[in-house]
Amino acid sequence: MDQTVVANEIKRSDLLEMYYYLRLTRSVEDRITALYRQGRIVGGVYTSHGMEAIAVGYASALKPDDVIAPFHRDMGAFLIRGFSPGEIFAQYLGKQGGPTKGKDGNVHMGDLKRGMIGFVSHLADNMPVAAGAALAFKIRGESRVAFAGTGDGGTSRGDFHEAMNFAAVRRLPVVFFCTNNQYAYSTPLRYQMAITDVVERAKAYGMPGEIVDGNDVTAVYLASKRAVAKARVGEGPTFLEFKTMRMHGHSEHDAAKYVPRELLEEWKTKDPILRAERLVTQLGYGDESYFHEVGERVKKEVDAGTEFAEQSPLPEGRETLVGVFATEDEVQP
Amino acid sequence: MTTATLAQDVTYVEAISQALDEEMSRDERVFLMGEDIGAYGGAFKVTEGFLKKFGEWRVLDTPISESGFVGAAIGAAMMGLRPVVEMQFADFISCAFDQITEVAAKNHYRWGAAVPMVIRAPFGGGVHGGPFHSECPEGWFFHSPGLKIVAPSTPYDAKGLLKAAIRDPNPVLYFEHKFLYRRIKATLPQEDFIVPLGKADVKRSGRDISIITYGAMVHLALEAAELLSKEGIDLEVVDLRTLIPLDKETIYASVRKTSKAILLHEDNKTGGIGAEISALLAEECFDCLDGPILRIAPPDTPVPFSTPLEEFFLPKVSDIVAGAKKLAAY
Repeated sequence: MDQTVVANEIKRSDLLEMYYYLRLTRSVEDRITALYRQGRIVGGVYTSHGMEAIAVGYASALKPDDVIAPFHRDMGAFLIRGFSPGEIFAQYLGKQGGPTKGKDGNVHMGDLKRGMIGFVSHLADNMPVAAGAALAFKIRGESRVAFAGTGDGGTSRGDFHEAMNFAAVRRLPVVFFCTNNQYAYSTPLRYQMAITDVVERAKAYGMPGEIVDGNDVTAVYLASKRAVAKARVGEGPTFLEFKTMRMHGHSEHDAAKYVPRELLEEWKTKDPILRAERLVTQLGYGDESYFHEVGERVKKEVDAGTEFAEQSPLPEGRETLVGVFATEDEVQP
Repeated sequence: MTTATLAQDVTYVEAISQALDEEMSRDERVFLMGEDIGAYGGAFKVTEGFLKKFGEWRVLDTPISESGFVGAAIGAAMMGLRPVVEMQFADFISCAFDQITEVAAKNHYRWGAAVPMVIRAPFGGGVHGGPFHSECPEGWFFHSPGLKIVAPSTPYDAKGLLKAAIRDPNPVLYFEHKFLYRRIKATLPQEDFIVPLGKADVKRSGRDISIITYGAMVHLALEAAELLSKEGIDLEVVDLRTLIPLDKETIYASVRKTSKAILLHEDNKTGGIGAEISALLAEECFDCLDGPILRIAPPDTPVPFSTPLEEFFLPKVSDIVAGAKKLAAY
C-alpha cells in the first residue's frame, strides 16, 4: 500500500500490532516446523510461511464478537483471537493443554468463545457453516459478521458455490475470501479452473469481489475492513481474493519439487514481513532496533509456549470415549 | 365420541406440523429451512401456513442446495439458534452427507462445539416413488458417531420425538415415514409432551418371539402379530423409535423373555440396523437364545418403481408370518 494511504487510514498502533503478529506467526510456525523435524510432532504440519499477512490482516480488521472460519494456513487469526503459543504447541503435540485436548491435531482448532470455528479438512465445508453463522446474526438483528475462507483449490468444491449463492440470495453479513497461493497441494491453478482470477467466481452470484495483494498486510486489512463494514450495515457479502504464493510444500513432508524455483525466488522478495518492515521504516514508526526488540519479545513467548506444551500431559487413552455427544449445559445460551 | 375428542384426532403428518408449530411458538430460537417450505408449505404440506405465522426469517425457502443449507444450519446452531431443516425427500440427504457426517457429527467431539439441530427426512417406500423418492438412508448415518437418529411409527411418537429432538443439544436426524403421513390417526394429549430420545417402546407385549423394528414396519409387525396369535404364536413388537442412542436395555429384556428374535426393517438387508442388533444379541444374549436370529429386510437393490417390483422389494406381513413360524419351530 502507498505509505500516504496507510498513514491516513491505519493507526500507528494498529500497524505495529499487525507487525508484531506477523512476527509471532512466523516464529510460532518456525518452532512447529522445528518440532516436526525433530520427530516430536506427528501428523501433518501446514504453515502460512510467506503468507502471514492474510490472516493477520483480516483478523485485525474484525471486532471481537465477529466469527472466523479460517483457511488452514491462518495461524495469525488464532493468535489474534487469543490462542497462546503454548496452547497451539500443545495442540500440535497432541497434549491435553491444546484446545482440542488431543482429539484433533494441528490447525484443526476452534473455540466458539473466541469466535473461531474449527477447521474441517474437507475444503470449503466451513463456508456454508459461516453463512449460517451470518444467518443467525441476521435473524437476531445483531451487527456481527462472519469471515470465512478457503484456498484456490477449495473454490472448486460445491460447498464453496452453495455458500456463495445462499449468502448472496439472503444478503447475509459474511465475507468470503480465497487465499490464492497458486497451488492446491501439487495442482497448479491452471488445472483447478479455466479462469486466471478466482474473483471471477463471485460475479456469477451477484456478489462484489476484489483482488487484494495478499502479501501486503495493510492491503488485506483495509480491504477486509471495507468488506466487513458493508456486511455489518446489511449490504450483503463480499468476496476477496488474496493473491499470494505458497513458499513451502503443501505440508512439511512435501519438498514441492513441482513448483518452479524462479517463482519462489520472485516471491521471496515480496515477503510480507520484509514489506511491513519497509513500510514501518518509511513511516518512521520503527527501525532496525525496534524490529530486533519485537523479535526478542516474540522469541520469549515462543520459548515459554514450548515449555508450557512440553509440561502439558498427554491425554489418557480412555479419554477417547469422552465428548461424542454434547450435554444440555454446553449449548450456547 | 364427542366433537372435542374428534378434533384431537391427528394424523402422523399433522402431529409433525403441531410439534414444529408448538416448538416455534415456545422457543424463538427455533427456525426452519428447506426447499419449498414457505409459500408452498412443503412438498408434504408439513409447514403450510407457517410462513404467514412466523415470517420469512423463521421459515426460509432455500436454493436447491442440501449441502449448503445443512452447513448453514450447523453454523446457525453453533451461534445459538435451533434450526430444523427439511429434506424434501430423505433420498436427497446424500447431497448433504459430508456436512452431516464430517461437520455436524464431529464438531463437538473435535473441538467442543455443540450443534443443536434437527434434519427432518421423509423416508420410505410404498408410495410409488422409485429409486430416488423411497429410500431409507438411516443406515449410512447409523455408522457415524455424533449423530442421534429417530424414526417414529405413530402420531404420538412423531410429535413427542420431534419436540425432544428440537430440544436436544446434538444433531438429530428425524426420519418420518411418508407412507404413514395420512394413513394413521391418534388422539393426542392437549398438553405439551415429549417422547425422550433413546427409549424404545414395546408396542405389543408377547411371550414367544421378539420382533424388533421401527418406522412403518411397526404396523406390519402388529398386523402379523394379530394373524399369528390365532395360530398360538405370541409376538412381542419392540418399536425402537430411536436408532441412536439405541435402547439396548429394552431390546435385551425382550429377547431374554422370549428367547427368539426377528429384526425387521425397510432399509437394505446388508449392513443394516438389523445386522448390528443381531450382532449385539449374539454378543449379549447368546445364552438365552433358543433359535437363530432372523432378519427380514428388502433385498440389496435400489427401491424399484413399478408396483409388482416395489411389492416384491418391501417386506410383507406374509414374510413376517413365515419367519415367525420358522422360528417358532425351534
